Amino acid sequence: MAIQAKELTKDYQFGFSDVDVSVFRTAKGLSPEVVASISQHKNEPEWMLKFRLKALDHFRKRPMPTWGADLSGLDFENIYYYVKPVEEMSRSWDDVPDSIKNTFDRLGIPQAERQFLAGVSAQYDSEVVYHSIREDLEKQGVLFSDCDTGLREHEELFRKYFGTVIPPNDNKFAALNSAVWSGGSFVYVPKGVKVDIPLQAYFRINSDNMGQFERTLIIADEGSSVHYIEGCTAPNYSSDSLHSAVVELVAHKGAKIRYTTIQNWSDNVYNLVTKRAIANENATVEWIDGNLGSKVTMKYPSVYLMGEGAHAEVMSAAFAGNGQHQDAGSKAIHVAPNTTSNIVSRSISKGSGRTSYRGHIKVLPKAHNVKVSVRCDALLLDEESRSDTYPYMDIDNPDVTIGHEASVSKVGEDQIFYLTSRGIPEQDATALIVNGFFEPFVKELPMEYAVELNRLLALSMEGAIG
Amino acid sequence: MSKAVLSISGLHASVEGKEILKGVDLQVAQGEIHALMGPNGSGKSTLAYTLMGHPKYMVTGGSVSFDGHDLLPLTADARARLGLFLCFQYPTAIPGVSTVNFLRAALRAQEKEMPAREFLNRLSTEMKELKIDESFRSRYINDGFSGGEKKRMEILQLAMLRPKLAILDETDSGLDVDALRTVADGVMRLCGPDMGVLVITHYPRILEHLHPDRVHVLHDGRVVTSGGADLARQIEREGYEPILGTAAAATA
Repeated sequence: MAIQAKELTKDYQFGFSDVDVSVFRTAKGLSPEVVASISQHKNEPEWMLKFRLKALDHFRKRPMPTWGADLSGLDFENIYYYVKPVEEMSRSWDDVPDSIKNTFDRLGIPQAERQFLAGVSAQYDSEVVYHSIREDLEKQGVLFSDCDTGLREHEELFRKYFGTVIPPNDNKFAALNSAVWSGGSFVYVPKGVKVDIPLQAYFRINSDNMGQFERTLIIADEGSSVHYIEGCTAPNYSSDSLHSAVVELVAHKGAKIRYTTIQNWSDNVYNLVTKRAIANENATVEWIDGNLGSKVTMKYPSVYLMGEGAHAEVMSAAFAGNGQHQDAGSKAIHVAPNTTSNIVSRSISKGSGRTSYRGHIKVLPKAHNVKVSVRCDALLLDEESRSDTYPYMDIDNPDVTIGHEASVSKVGEDQIFYLTSRGIPEQDATALIVNGFFEPFVKELPMEYAVELNRLLALSMEGAIG
Repeated sequence: MSKAVLSISGLHASVEGKEILKGVDLQVAQGEIHALMGPNGSGKSTLAYTLMGHPKYMVTGGSVSFDGHDLLPLTADARARLGLFLCFQYPTAIPGVSTVNFLRAALRAQEKEMPAREFLNRLSTEMKELKIDESFRSRYINDGFSGGEKKRMEILQLAMLRPKLAILDETDSGLDVDALRTVADGVMRLCGPDMGVLVITHYPRILEHLHPDRVHVLHDGRVVTSGGADLARQIEREGYEPILGTAAAATA
């Protein structure tokens, strides 16, 4: 497995392969036995086993989606669906290859985060930080754990919401995730509680939260607010070629959830993620979604505006380098009156990279006075790169205001000349233009993520221009 | 005449296969102000772009030395780092890149970086001199600027980068009288023994503020005549025709 992974990623400058330290893993491929053994291994209640098996059934019945990116390279039988790593056997920092350490250096990633990313689950500083954060959260009644723990320790609450935003038969990959899910985060914020620090997945050290089929469920009760940050700009090496997550958000009356993701999978990975939120009366849901890396990404964070006065904000950025296809976008489903949505998408393609914006706006008959704004801009770095836009709109109410703007532009010779005429080398000039293009996205990120993303973009640009 | 900072001899250049410069000879001494005049289409802006190294402008003959270096093999950024600066006639917008970040990137590239506090103080001072509002610090460079604001932003960059030679490509075009004075005063304040200027214009008006040491007239890709400040005044009185008529007669 490790050798194969190396071959797959030998051209991937940030990737590294993992030594196999698993104690338990299911057989390759997918079957009711495999699903049952995952559930059994986790000591799950009967209802979850049934849920999984039913989902597997949905997965098998559904055809492969052909409307989007090319998924013909996916082989479902050649994947381990559950691998449990063993903490005692995990690597030490010294075992992490120098090339990876160097990449972390260049990205300026904090030590704690580096160790997490490198799969080193030893004791380190951030554990102390994490404990104090967790104590604070506990005092406020906030639940923050991995999803498996959520199910084990708060079954009733978990069961009330799990699979309600994204049912197992929603789409083929949601069905797959529902059958074999593992890891991911479970967050519950009680009424009126405002969590003032962003909750970051990497604080949860000793859990396999970066799994292939992670499942995240966040519930913000009435009047509460929370900002959750998933992943980070550093590369995640995955030896398996499929990452299929499900993220469900429920924002109750007057609550606010912001969900920030930056993903940078190695370029052998199919990243097929279903993200959906329910926004009740006067609630706000914000998806901040950045996609770099992967071979194929299909991801369309959605908001169902179920209650009057609800607001959706989706800001996404995608970068597709050679051989990559970022098929991303957003959906806003306006069910209730007086709801608003604002969608901003920026994408960059380089070399044979391809970006697609795929958006869906739906306004139901009873949703009066809806306001929608969609803006998507694409930047092409060279002659070969490609970008497409697929905006769909179903508007069943005449009383709506909809704005839609789209643009595709190229990095201009004149822009490059202008910057180089001030002494800035061409490569840096391109990086400045690229960073500038992503600026509306970057300024939504916490400082350290913004800095990392800019550095990462600069690295991605290396060698872009001869 | 002191040492030439810029020495152009027999420069030929073409754009998209069409020859525009047909043997330009021109010398600018250290710290001097030279004006390059000529009617539309004479090749003035082509000369500016060719000197700065725009990839679209192909040099087909001649040589250019700048501050003792052979300029022509160098890329635009290397030319800038030697101390050459072009004030663009139509500056380009770079959305998402703030004035502050842009200037810092340029200073860093030219190894003229300074501590943040010093940088901000200097920027503040220069912006006041050029009557540029503080809010322009965080605005994206040239994005949504008016013509006059763009020109002032060019002079601001000149002030921050302090090159050895600044080429002003029709910096006066599209400016009203007050803006022209602000821009010209800015240039005059900056030039001196360490910074010379080659101002390209077809109106003599800006030269009333800039007091050139030498005036050259470019016509059909060649410098056809050179003189002192009087030449500019003569052009203002009589237009290009008498000069170009004479020059045409001389070459015939």
